[in-house]
Amino acid sequence: MNIHEYQAKEILRGFGVPIPPGDVATTAAEAEQIARRIGRTVVVKAQVHAGGRGKAGGVKLAKTPEEARDVASKILGMQIKGLTVQKVLVADAAEIASEAYVGVILDRASKKPVFMVSPAGGIDIEEVAAKTPEKIMRLPIDTRYGLMPFQAMELGFFLYPDAAKARAAAKIMKQLYDAFMANGASLAEINPLVVTPNGEVVALDAKMSIDDNELDRLPGIAALRDESAEAPSEVQARNASLTFIKLDGNVGCVVNGAGLAMATMDLVKYYGGEPANFLDIGGSSNPEKVVNALEIITADPSVKAILFNIFGGITRTDDVANGIVTATKQNPLKVPIVIRLTGTNEEIAVKILTENGFSAMTDMDEAVQRAVQLATGGKAA
Amino acid sequence: MSVFIDKNTTVIVQGITGRDGSFHTRQMIEYGTRVVAGVTPGKGGQKFDDAVPIFNTVAEAAKETAANTSVIYVPPMYAADAMMEAADAGVTLIVAITEGVPVLDMTRVYPFVKERGARLLGPNCPGLISPGKSKVGIIPGRICAPGPVGVVSRSGTLTYEIVYQLTRAGIGQTTCVGIGGDPINGTNFIDCLTAFEEDPDTQAVALMGEIGGTDEQNAAQFVKEHMTKPVVGFIAGQTAPPGRRMGHAGAIISGSAGTAAEKIQAFEDAGMGVARRPIDFVDLIKARL
Repeated sequence: MNIHEYQAKEILRGFGVPIPPGDVATTAAEAEQIARRIGRTVVVKAQVHAGGRGKAGGVKLAKTPEEARDVASKILGMQIKGLTVQKVLVADAAEIASEAYVGVILDRASKKPVFMVSPAGGIDIEEVAAKTPEKIMRLPIDTRYGLMPFQAMELGFFLYPDAAKARAAAKIMKQLYDAFMANGASLAEINPLVVTPNGEVVALDAKMSIDDNELDRLPGIAALRDESAEAPSEVQARNASLTFIKLDGNVGCVVNGAGLAMATMDLVKYYGGEPANFLDIGGSSNPEKVVNALEIITADPSVKAILFNIFGGITRTDDVANGIVTATKQNPLKVPIVIRLTGTNEEIAVKILTENGFSAMTDMDEAVQRAVQLATGGKAA
Repeated sequence: MSVFIDKNTTVIVQGITGRDGSFHTRQMIEYGTRVVAGVTPGKGGQKFDDAVPIFNTVAEAAKETAANTSVIYVPPMYAADAMMEAADAGVTLIVAITEGVPVLDMTRVYPFVKERGARLLGPNCPGLISPGKSKVGIIPGRICAPGPVGVVSRSGTLTYEIVYQLTRAGIGQTTCVGIGGDPINGTNFIDCLTAFEEDPDTQAVALMGEIGGTDEQNAAQFVKEHMTKPVVGFIAGQTAPPGRRMGHAGAIISGSAGTAAEKIQAFEDAGMGVARRPIDFVDLIKARL
């Protein structure tokens, strides 16, 4: 789960990270009030779950409260990578003497959280990694011991040769690490970490992603989820315990298991079609899940054919068949459906489907080809 | 022969009285797996289905039964502790089926288990099966058949699909191993490839990977340098949109964006057969037996 910059900053402030004052606004008038309270030049920043906000025009300076209002009214409602800006952060625009990058990322290869820091911050860290990799220090942390003081100092000195600044940075590293661990993060980033003209080290931007598996035991963090910042279909899917990602094609896919779901999408493409979505109904299905899945898929006007691909292991194929029958009785389908199922209780499932006027296939390749044909009006191979 | 489990495998089920644990214990017993003990704290002294003794702790179960394997069906928030408990009790193979284990928990579990010399499979995996001998986990027994192919995969139902297609085509398996799809897991492709290379009955290996991370690239490198047996690979997610989960910082650390194209290229460079579709495994494996 991604959280907004203003939320990440609130978390980091709670752990002691020095961050210039700021607050979140949903209207231009609120933005003006916050700017007035700060009383100095502010930066107005779009709060959306997308990178490249600055390049898209979603980050602007404002010297006066009136200017903050004008800028906020332009940014609010703006589209950035398909997402509508609903909130802006209005923050003290600290003066910058130098910028650094600090991040903690859960790394699959070392099986540890890894600190990644660079004195070349503020810009794209990917660019730094590509062009000047020697300017990045990587440090894996054994979570059984945590970030040790000497490690924090190593990171601090890599950023700043000056001992006072290195110590200030080391303190921030420890605070960032503690925030990362306490909040079940998979990523926590400060970019940039800046030195102000009077020598203070402060965090100007913050980003955190939370491991979805942590949310059950961290209700406070789970409550930070901003559903208005997500596609409505993805919110609906999650609330129904489905994993759904909207794509651009016209073959709606309903599959059990993430690997098989991806392989099904790939096969749609292989046979000349385009998948409209990724949808995983999970391991143990019940008819209700299938009803929800069909509701989400049929709401997408670009879907021209629906493909079910179910391999029954834990999933009972008769549950899926019952779900299809129930859902289509409630809302008759306007597009053709291709159903492939095999495995647990297959005979019962086929009987249920046939009795209700559906036909069922058992071969994955044949089913995908048929669905692609139907979606493209019979033109595909 | 087979890898990791065979007829002599004796199994403890952690969470034997739970909904999933009890269902799959019955399935394992029906398949012929030697389930010798269950663990549910507070139910020690009872028997599961009037047959399998239940203990309060894994230590007790291991001491009383000398079991060498434990399979875990406990809820995600307790799974990390269950894995460490099994390793501490001296069990040598730990199979964690549980889905949804917090990844930070695994940063502690992994070194703990390794230091005690145990092999961990999973979490978030379907387990493994040596057809006709033993199954530990949830892979449906009836889709498998004994034969010469080792199967290793990161996913669940996709593995079933491919194993089912192999079996239908008359190609059986030595062992099918599901290593799980979580970012931090106990056993990787290379561990399984090593075991299949050493297993005299395995003549070829089918490997199913996914987008994300660099495990498949590392596996390809291993195939190139150390495998004498043919390996056929497949990558799921060729059409998946990039960067939905870890974003770019993770990719910088691993030095790779983990795309399907990169992984397929690595397979080709290693001289592996590349299945474009699941069904392609049948012909590609047949040609290599």
